Amino acid sequence: MTAPAVALKRIDKRFGAVHANRAVDLVVERGTVHGIVGENGAGKSTLMSILYGFYQADSGAIEVDGQPVEIRSSRDAIALGIGMVHQHFMLVETFSALDNILLGAEPDWRLGKARAQVRADLERLMHDTGLAVRLELAVEDLPVGERQRLEILKTLYRGARVLILDEPTAVLTPQETEQLFATLRRLREGGTTILLITHKLKEIMALCDRVTVMRAGAVVLDAGIAETSVEALAVAMVGRRVQLGRSDTEAARPAAAGAVLLSARGLQWRDALGVPRLADVDLDLHAGEIVGIAGVSGNGQSELLDVLSGMRVPQAGELVVGRMRFGPHRWIDPGTARELGVAHVPEDRHRRGLVLPFGAWESGVLGYHRRPRYGRRGFMDAGAMTADTAAMMARYDVRPADPTLRSSTFSGGNQQKLVLAREALPEPTVLLVGQPTRGVDIGAIEFIHGRLRAMRDAGGAVLVVSSELDEILALADRVIVMGGGRVVGTLPINACTESELGKLMGGAHAPEVAAA
Amino acid sequence: MSSSATPVEMPRWLDLVVLPIFNLALALLVCGIVVLIVGHDPGQVLALLVKGAFGSRIGFSYTLYYATTFVFTGLAVAVAFHGGLFNIGGEGQAMLGGIGTALAALALGDLLPAWIVLPAMVLAAAGFGMAWAAVPAAAQAWRGSHVVITTIMFNFIASALLSYLLVNVLKEPGNMTVESRSFGPGAKLPGVHELLGALGIEWPRSPLNLSVLLAIGAAVLVWLLVWRSRPGYMLRAVGFSPEAAHYAGIRPKAQIMLSMSISGALAGLVGVNEVAGVHGRLLLDYVVGAGFAGIAVSLIGRNHPVGIVLAALLFGALYQGGAELAFEIPGFSRDMVYTLQGLIVLFSGAMAQVAAPTLARAWQAIARRHLKAAHG
Repeated sequence: MTAPAVALKRIDKRFGAVHANRAVDLVVERGTVHGIVGENGAGKSTLMSILYGFYQADSGAIEVDGQPVEIRSSRDAIALGIGMVHQHFMLVETFSALDNILLGAEPDWRLGKARAQVRADLERLMHDTGLAVRLELAVEDLPVGERQRLEILKTLYRGARVLILDEPTAVLTPQETEQLFATLRRLREGGTTILLITHKLKEIMALCDRVTVMRAGAVVLDAGIAETSVEALAVAMVGRRVQLGRSDTEAARPAAAGAVLLSARGLQWRDALGVPRLADVDLDLHAGEIVGIAGVSGNGQSELLDVLSGMRVPQAGELVVGRMRFGPHRWIDPGTARELGVAHVPEDRHRRGLVLPFGAWESGVLGYHRRPRYGRRGFMDAGAMTADTAAMMARYDVRPADPTLRSSTFSGGNQQKLVLAREALPEPTVLLVGQPTRGVDIGAIEFIHGRLRAMRDAGGAVLVVSSELDEILALADRVIVMGGGRVVGTLPINACTESELGKLMGGAHAPEVAAA
Repeated sequence: MSSSATPVEMPRWLDLVVLPIFNLALALLVCGIVVLIVGHDPGQVLALLVKGAFGSRIGFSYTLYYATTFVFTGLAVAVAFHGGLFNIGGEGQAMLGGIGTALAALALGDLLPAWIVLPAMVLAAAGFGMAWAAVPAAAQAWRGSHVVITTIMFNFIASALLSYLLVNVLKEPGNMTVESRSFGPGAKLPGVHELLGALGIEWPRSPLNLSVLLAIGAAVLVWLLVWRSRPGYMLRAVGFSPEAAHYAGIRPKAQIMLSMSISGALAGLVGVNEVAGVHGRLLLDYVVGAGFAGIAVSLIGRNHPVGIVLAALLFGALYQGGAELAFEIPGFSRDMVYTLQGLIVLFSGAMAQVAAPTLARAWQAIARRHLKAAHG
């Protein structure tokens, strides 16, 4: 038996009071796909950062191919044949794909010669691995899946035999995901070792040979894929049973639609360059339903949320909320929207949902700061703000439950819960939610989904934009698929399958199924 | 990568007390070396500087008088900064404040009693400064013209306006100096020595005047505005995150107008201290860089009123102690004092955070040793 490709031994790492890795052991055999799963803050990113040389472990040892090594920087890691593909691509958008690979690895200072040489090497590599990338095109013109292949290609070109992939499918359509998996399987057959960090347990089961589950900095489960199951992994991750998706009593059928609470017609929005991002979008939100917007990121979903919440003013269209009617010349603004009971949980909680340097007690009233409850005669009532934020934290299990901490000190999942608490607790009639569980761990996902369903059951209308098909399928009563800024299909939930939605998202136009 | 990406946590007192003192000490150390090279005794220079600024009632009065002006301009920079704007126009706004003070004094000073004229002068100073800042603010809010550029340009316009008014309108015929006539008796802000004298306390005559109380009041009001009021909440939201503010239904245009107007009003109050409090007439050069010094004061004071008052005192002491130094040590020119000021701005302002990681690591090492000692 050969030595394992990578062996981490008793890796320990602290950041101040946080014990990020506790004596972690990890053995990855050569030519296998090894999955690493865990909740946010379980320590998997820290562990991979130690392997890739971003951090140094406080104690413990690393072996590559059976040899003890020291990895002090990503340069050391690359020299040892370890490559990493980050969740956010590290590409120069205006450079061609070829130049992105060339950058930092030029074999010759005469770029013409260097390009020819690299191109020849890449053609061979692409042929061997099945990673097809159009090398001539600028990265900004490549679709997301191809950019990812480029990242992988770049890593392999620099001699990686161990490939670390951080949440590789977060931005892909189901079809692109399948394609990626086929590529990864082929790489594995070619002898490449792959470390896959993900929170999607289905992907672990579909692709990996072995899986390691981390919780609170320690390894809690390490098993061959045949010996485990999605349920067992979920329990190991969270430490208890979780109910994701629909409970048995709640079948996937469209809810009985109530009165129309919000209605939009003919929404059009063009960006500064005149490119239409929203074209002729009609939408009705009824009392007592959750509407899911599916689609590959960047097909108008974000713009739709912005237009409905008043963050952007469309060039054409009409919006009716309750008895108020808005046109492009007098569009709804975010303040008015809240007054009319339209709350908005933004996709980007860092840039919008919270003011990061504010204390949690200040971010906890953002958007509601004009309410008389939070102060009279121009002064803010710190007591009321703190008390209300503390109540939100208690109701939505925000940890640590300390309103005096800075907003930026909370983890992503807890920030999300705080924003959701702030928007949902005043009991709005319409809740617009963008990426409700992005970066949120599995236990919190269960909780957030529960709150959204409760709002629906109480007679509210919920609009969910999510890049996670699973999430849409688990939550929505009606699914709208967007492509190229248009509605390309509307399906009641009982007509939805992953493949059907994937086809619509991938560009196939389906006949419009009449909305309920 | 790893060294730049991981900020080190440190306790508040270390950040707010030890770090500034450390930076100041560093600036003094480097300055001491420069003094040594020039051929003077650093110990003697420092002693004279401190003695000049704080060693006598008259010296201390001058320190406070200088500090008053720096508090106004420092607060002006800070308020704009909290709104996410960089107001470099304190200089011009202060000039306009002086013009406002003078016009109010010249128009009313001979007719009305002081208790009406003086408040009118303060309001005119604030109002003129406010108006001068409001124009660049409006250009920023509605046309997207960057305030850094426009406020700088407005400094030049203010300077030209002041010259024009003095030469062509306000100068008395027959007077060779470029200055307005002296204000009437109702338009002179009482000096601190006069006030204390009225209370039976003898105090040497100095330019220190009632404006010092105005400065303290302004500092308190700025604190209340920025950290306790609803407009302040909205101002800081815009300053920290314009996107989040927009999301919260806060209109950024109104906040730009608000923060710049208040900023301009504060800078305008310099006119009260200098024109109404000291000279009793309008001159050409009563601002002399105080608007720019305000940027350094606000930076060193971390944009907080308490810090700004302390930093203004430091700058006041440097001005006063420096003047004393140049007088006491033959051959020690004022330029050396500017060198010291420059070094303090460099170490306490521009490089304020350079020493922070080192201090934090030292602190952690000490804390860890204590922890071990406690456990072992």
